[in-house]
Amino acid sequence: MNKNFFGKFDVKTIVATALGAALFLVLFLFVRIPSPIPNTNIQIAYGISAFFGALFGPISGFLVAFVGHALNDFVGGGISGVWWSWVIASGVAGFFSGCAYKFSDLEHGKKPGKMFFIFNIVGQLIAWILVAPVLDIVIYAEPVETVFVQGFTSFVIDAISACVVGGILAYAYAAIRPSTSSLDKE
Amino acid sequence: MREIKVFSYVDKGTIIHKLSGVSKVLCFLILTFASMFTYDLRVLLVLTMISLIISYLAKFPFGRYKAFLLYFAIFALVNSILNFLLAPTYGVEIFGSAHVIYRFNDFYVLTQEELYYQLCKIIKFLSIIPIGMLLFYSIHPSELASSLNGIKVPYKACTVFALALRYFPDIQKDYNNINLAQQARGIDSSKKASLSKRIKNTSKILIPLVFSTLDRVELISNAMELRGYGKAKSRTWYSYRPLQKRDYLAILFCTLVFMAVLFMRFAVVKNLFWNPFI
Repeated sequence: MNKNFFGKFDVKTIVATALGAALFLVLFLFVRIPSPIPNTNIQIAYGISAFFGALFGPISGFLVAFVGHALNDFVGGGISGVWWSWVIASGVAGFFSGCAYKFSDLEHGKKPGKMFFIFNIVGQLIAWILVAPVLDIVIYAEPVETVFVQGFTSFVIDAISACVVGGILAYAYAAIRPSTSSLDKE
Repeated sequence: MREIKVFSYVDKGTIIHKLSGVSKVLCFLILTFASMFTYDLRVLLVLTMISLIISYLAKFPFGRYKAFLLYFAIFALVNSILNFLLAPTYGVEIFGSAHVIYRFNDFYVLTQEELYYQLCKIIKFLSIIPIGMLLFYSIHPSELASSLNGIKVPYKACTVFALALRYFPDIQKDYNNINLAQQARGIDSSKKASLSKRIKNTSKILIPLVFSTLDRVELISNAMELRGYGKAKSRTWYSYRPLQKRDYLAILFCTLVFMAVLFMRFAVVKNLFWNPFI
């Protein structure tokens, strides 16, 4: 399997990324399951960015999460205005989910391997334990304790939703794709 | 069923509406960045005033803030309480003094500094909200992509933005339909179901939704490919408006505001916060 790490950014990828972002936005707005920590919701939308990332590459994963989250903040779901630090962190998480692209072949009916889950967990870890708290402290001067409590909760919740929801979608997608053709090229 | 409209664009012909989309997006970014760089209460109040004045010039319906303010009040209150519970003396750490109002015990001490810090934060949130709501109110939907391209975002990423906005209502409708169909089958994903059931049932909406969306991707990308999308390195836009004198003036104004904020931060106060306690 010879895939470019960043994927090919052709017309289909662009459209899929756009609709992925719209899906992300719909789920972000409508499927809010509250978690015990205030202002932190269980967002199953990260399953979408994980799935689209694995299917189309890191740039696609980044844009799905970044555009989806940014639009969410514009449309009115974001009551705090555009919270750039979390928007950027979402994008970073999406980018890392997309790194699984090179190591998986959902397109040809291969089930997602362990790289899919590793990249999602690592990506969410970097996004919510590193990027979001640091940007929160730099931009919004939030106390260290709060940002790390919120960041850690977000990490746990979003890593689970990326792996479980993204995993369900990836398995279901691989199951309906025809496996690699038995025909040889002459 | 709740439906959300992304754009509420009506051309009211005000001075703000007449600006080119490029300058709207650019001014929005400059002003939000300006508020990001400061925690000075006076500066934040001025920024809030500026964004309210701009909203007024654009004839923004101020009634729309009402519904919003309630949500914001809850959000801000919860955030403040959480901050106080986790770091009750953060204000004292920042300002280096402690004017005690009430002492709950040795750890939880309510100080003027803490309240002042929380106030600054709330004003900081509030300062960019009118401008954020204004952007989608005053920009023509089909001008957004060309405007983003105008500030040198790669045009394929602009297309992603534009398409996402274009298909958001369709996917929202799909989501509602699938949700209702599943509820008719007894699969409940509303608040009435228990948490674990809710998560499980939501995934039953997700699979048909995602797969019907992927079908749609084929359709749209074929149509775009047939029209030769993405063959050239750059792209011209039907809705692009060249910058005029008033656009340069608007950008100049916002840049001056931004410079003033930076000047206050790095030359006058020399600190992120302005300390009224000394």
